[in-house]
Amino acid sequence: MIRFENVTKRLGSRNVLDGFDMEVKVGEALVICGPSGMGKSVTLKHMVRLLTPDSGRVMVGDDCVSEARGRELERIRSRFGVLFQSGALLQWLSAGENVALPLREHTNMSDTEIERLAREKLRMVELEDAFDRAPSDLSGGMRKRVALARAIVTNPEIVLYDEPTSGLDPVTSRTVDELIDHLRKQLGITSVVVTHDLHSALAIGDRIAMLHNGKAVEVSAPAEFINSKNEVVRGFLEAQYITRRGPWEEGLQK
Amino acid sequence: MGRGALLNLRGLGQSLMMLAEATVFLPMTLGRRQRSEVFTQLYVTGIKSLGVITIVAAFTGMILALQTGLELRRFGLQQNIGTAVTVVMLREMGPFMTALIVAASVGSAIAAQVGTMVVSEEISALEIMSINPVRFLVTPRLLALALMMPILTIYTNILGIAGGALVGATQLQVSFQAYIDNAQLYAENKDLYVGLLKAFVFGIVIATTACHQGFIATEGAVGVGQATRRTVIIAFLVILVLGYMLTRLFYR
Ligand SMILES: Nc1ncnc2c1ncn2[C@@H]1O[C@H](COP(=O)(O)OP(=O)(O)OP(=O)(O)O)[C@@H](O)[C@H]1O
Ligand SMILES: [Mg+2]
Repeated sequence: MIRFENVTKRLGSRNVLDGFDMEVKVGEALVICGPSGMGKSVTLKHMVRLLTPDSGRVMVGDDCVSEARGRELERIRSRFGVLFQSGALLQWLSAGENVALPLREHTNMSDTEIERLAREKLRMVELEDAFDRAPSDLSGGMRKRVALARAIVTNPEIVLYDEPTSGLDPVTSRTVDELIDHLRKQLGITSVVVTHDLHSALAIGDRIAMLHNGKAVEVSAPAEFINSKNEVVRGFLEAQYITRRGPWEEGLQK
Repeated sequence: MGRGALLNLRGLGQSLMMLAEATVFLPMTLGRRQRSEVFTQLYVTGIKSLGVITIVAAFTGMILALQTGLELRRFGLQQNIGTAVTVVMLREMGPFMTALIVAASVGSAIAAQVGTMVVSEEISALEIMSINPVRFLVTPRLLALALMMPILTIYTNILGIAGGALVGATQLQVSFQAYIDNAQLYAENKDLYVGLLKAFVFGIVIATTACHQGFIATEGAVGVGQATRRTVIIAFLVILVLGYMLTRLFYR
């Protein structure tokens, strides 16, 4: 579905992506892990051409998104829903209006129909009550869920989630995980999820990709991923096991 | 120095391109779904600046009347302050003062808003929803400022002229009636129209500068702060220079 072919992208003074190859298959949930600042968000941005590769190309199905322009690019982008890391809700619109925005701009639906769909999506993220509230009145986690509702309101084929559960409490995190899983299984949405949270990754990922120094150093199913020999992956896994033991034990050891 | 000049030239080019693009979207903005945004912007523009404009306009007229009146009185010509204040307000000070206040209050707010949207990925979100940020953000603001500036300028003119009349009556022994008669004798409609044209142009300058600076804002609160500061400075300079050139164009 989405294929990176030898993509290199220089940002600032280093190659954030460096001969990067990766494929997302139709209908799968691919989880992208990696240390902060390693280019996970940059990878997602290439899929919708918010960034253009310096060399190499990015394919979405048969379309080359990294070379598309104008209407062609609009058409490719309309296949996507994107949840940005920061949520990226428009501050002067209410939560409901934010969710309704893509429908208002691109469809001829009546206002009541649009509102009904927006409410329905907000209900899916358990925020129907927040319909009339301003984004600035919502907590970080709530904003993220509103943004998630907006990302899926047009029923896209592919949804990109940039850290959907960071900043959410554990219970809500699992709700969001379940929602992502549900969307993929019930509606066949191809999902790309960026996360630090290995519990989420193992639970919802069909495959997990590990980003390091501009390359995908490991792409494998959860069972293999856990047993990977790759040092970076091991480091990442072990770091999460340590946190799983709980901070109090660390404190006792010091 | 050379590099700075080059950057300014590029900024000018980008601004003009953006202005052209925003103009292309004008018909669409007047359509059903976008119209409300224009009204919102009109309202915001008016409300944000009205308080300060009221005070500045009145005092501008009062200062004009006092300064020219005191000089004219030496020659016993103080009854002419009606013309002096009215002509200067209509042609120059009305649009100029209004533009400075609108640039500082509304322009800086637009730059801050757009800049914040850039750094918080909201513009990116618009792009991937295939909502053109220029159509969505720039066109309504451009339209609102271009329409509101002349309206606010008329308000400034009225208050300024009234302020002048007040000073005339209380400090220069020029009766209200004499002031008005004198003003009507020499001020022309052309003065009003040229002033309003200036106001219209200044509105476009402020909207364009503010949106452009917002769009090129860089990461973080520092970037947004810089965008607002630059907006005010650039808009002031352009308003001053363009104001002079327009005056030259119509009065020689
Ligand atoms: N627009 C940009 N201009 C310059 N450098 C950038 C830009 N966007 C990202 N970078 C750089 O690219 C690198 C990767 O950024 P990216 O946002 O993809 O990290 P990330 O893996 O998503 O990290 P995090 O987990 O913290 O979100 C960082 O070093 C960042 O400084
Ligand atoms: Mg990121």
